[in-house]
Amino acid sequence: MLNSRRLILAHFWLAFLVFGVALALGAWQMFVRSPLHPWISDPELYYRSLTAHGTIMGYVFPTLIAMGFGYAISESSLAQPLIGKRWAWTGFGLVLIGAVTAIAPVALGRASVLYTFYPPLIGNAFYYIGVVMVVVGSWVWVALMSVNLRAWKKANPGRPVPLPMFANVAGSYLWAWTALGAALELLFQIIPVALGLTSMINVGLARVFFSWTLHAIVYFWLIPTYIAYYTILPRAIGGRIYSDAMMRLAFITFLVVAMPIGIHHTFEDPQVGAGFKFVHSTFTALVALPTLITVFTICASVEIAGRLRGGRGLLGWLAALPWSNPIMLASAFSFVMLGFGGAGGLINMSYQLNATVHNTQFVTGHFHLIFPGAIVIMYFAIAYDLWPHLTGRALTDLGLMRAQLWLWFVGIIVTTFPWHWVGLLGMPRRMAYFDYSAPALSPDAFWVALSAIGGFILLGSGALFLFVLIRGQRAKPVTPDPYRFATAIHPPAAVPAALNGFGLWVALMIGLTVTNYGYPIVQLALRPGGAVPAVYIGAQR
Amino acid sequence: MSPETPLSPRDPWVVRSVGAVAAIFAVSAILGFMVFPLIQPRGQASDLWDAICSAAGVVRAPSSEKPIEPGFKVSSAVMTSDMLRGADTGSIGRGATLAHQCAICHGPTGVSRADSPNLAGQYPAVIYKELKDFQSGARVNAIMSPFALHLSDRDMVDLASYYAYLPRLPAYHPVAAVPLPRIVIDGAPLRNIAPCGACHGALDNKVGSPWLEGQSAVYIKSQLEAFASGERRNDISEQMRNVARRMTPEEIAEAAQYYASQPTPDIRSASP
Repeated sequence: MLNSRRLILAHFWLAFLVFGVALALGAWQMFVRSPLHPWISDPELYYRSLTAHGTIMGYVFPTLIAMGFGYAISESSLAQPLIGKRWAWTGFGLVLIGAVTAIAPVALGRASVLYTFYPPLIGNAFYYIGVVMVVVGSWVWVALMSVNLRAWKKANPGRPVPLPMFANVAGSYLWAWTALGAALELLFQIIPVALGLTSMINVGLARVFFSWTLHAIVYFWLIPTYIAYYTILPRAIGGRIYSDAMMRLAFITFLVVAMPIGIHHTFEDPQVGAGFKFVHSTFTALVALPTLITVFTICASVEIAGRLRGGRGLLGWLAALPWSNPIMLASAFSFVMLGFGGAGGLINMSYQLNATVHNTQFVTGHFHLIFPGAIVIMYFAIAYDLWPHLTGRALTDLGLMRAQLWLWFVGIIVTTFPWHWVGLLGMPRRMAYFDYSAPALSPDAFWVALSAIGGFILLGSGALFLFVLIRGQRAKPVTPDPYRFATAIHPPAAVPAALNGFGLWVALMIGLTVTNYGYPIVQLALRPGGAVPAVYIGAQR
Repeated sequence: MSPETPLSPRDPWVVRSVGAVAAIFAVSAILGFMVFPLIQPRGQASDLWDAICSAAGVVRAPSSEKPIEPGFKVSSAVMTSDMLRGADTGSIGRGATLAHQCAICHGPTGVSRADSPNLAGQYPAVIYKELKDFQSGARVNAIMSPFALHLSDRDMVDLASYYAYLPRLPAYHPVAAVPLPRIVIDGAPLRNIAPCGACHGALDNKVGSPWLEGQSAVYIKSQLEAFASGERRNDISEQMRNVARRMTPEEIAEAAQYYASQPTPDIRSASP
């Protein structure tokens, strides 16, 4: 049962609106730094746009999706009205006000520090305060997810927590803990400098705090996608989840190993010891575990659907799948992109291989293949699946939806594959313009131009997506069936207590954070002479 | 987290998962902190404890060898973002008296007729740093060095405050407007040259960088050439030398002509 439709819809609409804005900025950036456009004479405009694009796409958009989807999961999978609806609106309000507060100084050119903050660059204090408000708003959601699960458990002692809610709460706990690193950096390091209370900042410590957040945030973005793989896809194509336990294991493994691995983002940072880099690299490799569990379980679940639909033989079940179903299509595309993106990720997480691609366009290509590629395409799928239940109006433009998903998939491939390639050729990232007439860069020109065209394909797909949703919102009202998620082929009557709660896994997550981050943080914080003068953005110096 | 009874420490899930995570951590720590630092062919670890400390990132004691002294004077001026802001009128007045000796080259209104830099409305930190460097010998000029020799720190602050206080007047040697050269607007990315405006105003303003509009083309050109040849080296972290060395003589001439032809910026940055 979906009672809080307006609440959920508000989250989704705000998410997709800001997504549209940031998508347009992204396409513009791809265009101006490509050979299709003369050199931009004021690079500040490029970095301003880049900051807005990253801040919206990294902090605002996926957080709103996770929150809205989380409320939908809580209500429909637990079959209980959302507890704390007013708090949920408060959280939404905080995210909304925070997003506006953060983006206004960026638009004014007062905070072109990129979404990764990059101290000692210091922008306007309202930028950081806005980001903190977004995070605090999302922590309200974390608390509500915990409260709702607790209430359900109280009413249903001993029963297995429904899978979507189990995964959803795992994601929320992961986010609560992972956001802490950047929150510490903002509250104790950057905001005091931005407010002028001090003008020195310990940048080595700031980078380590940010790495705490920077990698696990990607898994937070990924959780709704994984939930959709497990609990929407099998239902949408008439199948079942292959294994209840596998799904639980995948999400708790994410909870444990997603977090204490962020130092692989500081491989080239001389202030972090090589031993810790190795330990973080090892735990990064362990992320393959939940990923491979998922790949196996989802393929098995889809095979069940294919065979139920009459598919025979070794591969015959593939042909029997309902390829015209947008959820099926989106999931298949997402898997392909996740496969390529994961392969690139193996290069980034390896100390030696990373040295050859560090700070090149390979890295930007990689995370655009993962986030807008594998992850966001499933956000579209989630929206398509939920929309009729939220609006009470059917989405009937299946053809348009398929076209939109195809465009997105093609757009991502055309954008990110050349992007990886020019990175391998050595093209650096975070630059506003390149001299393509120079012999060292001229081989990149064609590929960068191609990549920019991919950006416009994505913009077209994004516009089509919004069009489908708006049209759906204005269609004739219908009464949809109650929303439901896929169930396991053998639903368990009881599960081990460890797989029905999070105490053990949260304890392991915190424990690993202490072992993997404790010493580097304490060492950098206590080391004298670590602070450097801040560089204020837009200040007349 | 759950309202149920917490897991017992002997629960097989607890034992196995904690054991597995601890084992993975232990193995990776042994490899990362002990084995690899010791077996590296060019590793510096002398024993096991040294290997662990080095892998953990413990700061090593600095070398006891004396640093190599440069064969020239290095600037001793420390620049900060907000230095010399808000000068008082006393300081400006005192600076005005002291400036009488400067007027012969830099002009009575701080605008030069002699291809010396115009100082009217220049950032105070910039003037202060140059005086300081002339005094210490980090920057050498046959005329300026003797003048700076006898200035006290207070004198230099007062002079900087006075010139910063003067209005930015149009320069005496405006040339016909020249088109914006590419080296000024875009720099040269492949030669690591940022646009001039990234430090000297227009796009952004970095501490210690003067604004250049309306300065004498002869002066700008001679300074760029001095940076390129290494004759002048009081720039912070070699920033200008790295830029000037990579500029072609034509680009130096273009940039100098361009800035000389520009009207003075009307913002009063250092209003007292």
